[in-house]
Amino acid sequence: MSDDIRGMTAELAADPDSLIFLDLGEALRRRGQLDAAFKVARTGLSRYPELAKAHDLFARILCDRGEPDRAFESWVTALQLDAGLVSAHKGLGFLYYQAGDLASAEKHLAYSTQVDPDDTGTAAALERVRADAAASRAPQAAATAPEAVTAAQSDPGTDAAAPGDASLPTIAATGGLAFSFDEGARSPVQEAVFSGLDGGADGLLLVDANGLRLGGGLRNPDGVDVADSVAALLAGVSKEAARTARLLTLGDWRGLSVECGDGNLYLSAPSESTLLLTVRGLDVPMGRVARFAERASVAARSWLERAE
Amino acid sequence: MSNPVELLERLSTVRGLRGSVLVSAADGLIVAESLMTGVDGRAVAALAASLMNRLRRATECAGRKEPVFLQLQAQSGSVLATPCGAELVLVAVAGPDANVGLARLEMLEAAGRLV
Repeated sequence: MSDDIRGMTAELAADPDSLIFLDLGEALRRRGQLDAAFKVARTGLSRYPELAKAHDLFARILCDRGEPDRAFESWVTALQLDAGLVSAHKGLGFLYYQAGDLASAEKHLAYSTQVDPDDTGTAAALERVRADAAASRAPQAAATAPEAVTAAQSDPGTDAAAPGDASLPTIAATGGLAFSFDEGARSPVQEAVFSGLDGGADGLLLVDANGLRLGGGLRNPDGVDVADSVAALLAGVSKEAARTARLLTLGDWRGLSVECGDGNLYLSAPSESTLLLTVRGLDVPMGRVARFAERASVAARSWLERAE
Repeated sequence: MSNPVELLERLSTVRGLRGSVLVSAADGLIVAESLMTGVDGRAVAALAASLMNRLRRATECAGRKEPVFLQLQAQSGSVLATPCGAELVLVAVAGPDANVGLARLEMLEAAGRLV
């Protein structure tokens, strides 16, 4: 452990409310100590859920962990809290590029270079994005473009949009980022059922009637992905809740709140054939969890309608 | 362990509660009950126990601690449930005008006495 990290760790231990967690998390991330960085950032976020830089740090760590969907959600949240946060714009620009959405990538990178014109790496990346966008519009590409677009949309995790790209990592370098994507990762854009909602990729889980995950995500307190197994266990809950309410002549069921020893869960049904699980810590009162779940239900319904 | 029937009758004094049942978590059978006429005790017992068991498994899978209280909200009332140790579940049926917050507190206290 370097002296810097040791010093920051000691400082944070002495004062758990200290914002030094931002520097410590970043230092750990740069050293590749991702589990430690993740824990530091998550703890910091729990203390400062309204701090855009904390979400930005969390997103960078998630990127390094190969979790672009969650990183996407965190950067969106960061920008909701601070619309001018350049590092979040850079991160989103990179993710959009990876997903093949060149227009959105250009928008975020252009903003970044406008605010920070000396950042040559981002400027070069923006140039590359614009060149790719122009190439995709070029007449000679007309014959093959539809196939390429179709391929990118159906499997955006492949390098259809950026084969062997060498310039994009410079976005990361200039922003202090070090992306390491799983090439098989799904598009963060298409996966964002709960885009714009805090915790959309973790703590919100949309499940179909067969217990299959439709969107969102869920991790246990140790960071292990438990979304699919929890989804399977929730398969029959909606029917059981409906049956219980009906047999007791209570009418249609509206929600099911579950207080655990270490968290609050809320189940609702955005549609007849889906179930939405919202999970929050004990620091969020059940009434607020229910309200948040209502907003998430609206987002899920809208997504389901678009998907149909 | 306090007298279950006395505790259930005390619960029935909470405004809006239509009654309560002490249920065996394993098979959903009634252990003790204090219900208003017209409330199907067996249905309450079986369904609430089943729901609680299902949610126990889901929360365990999610790495969370066991449920301590659940509320099924419906158009014209709620079903409330809290475990009493590993073997029993205390269930109450509340009307739309019930003071659910008070019912929750009374149920948690009663569950503590029933263990």
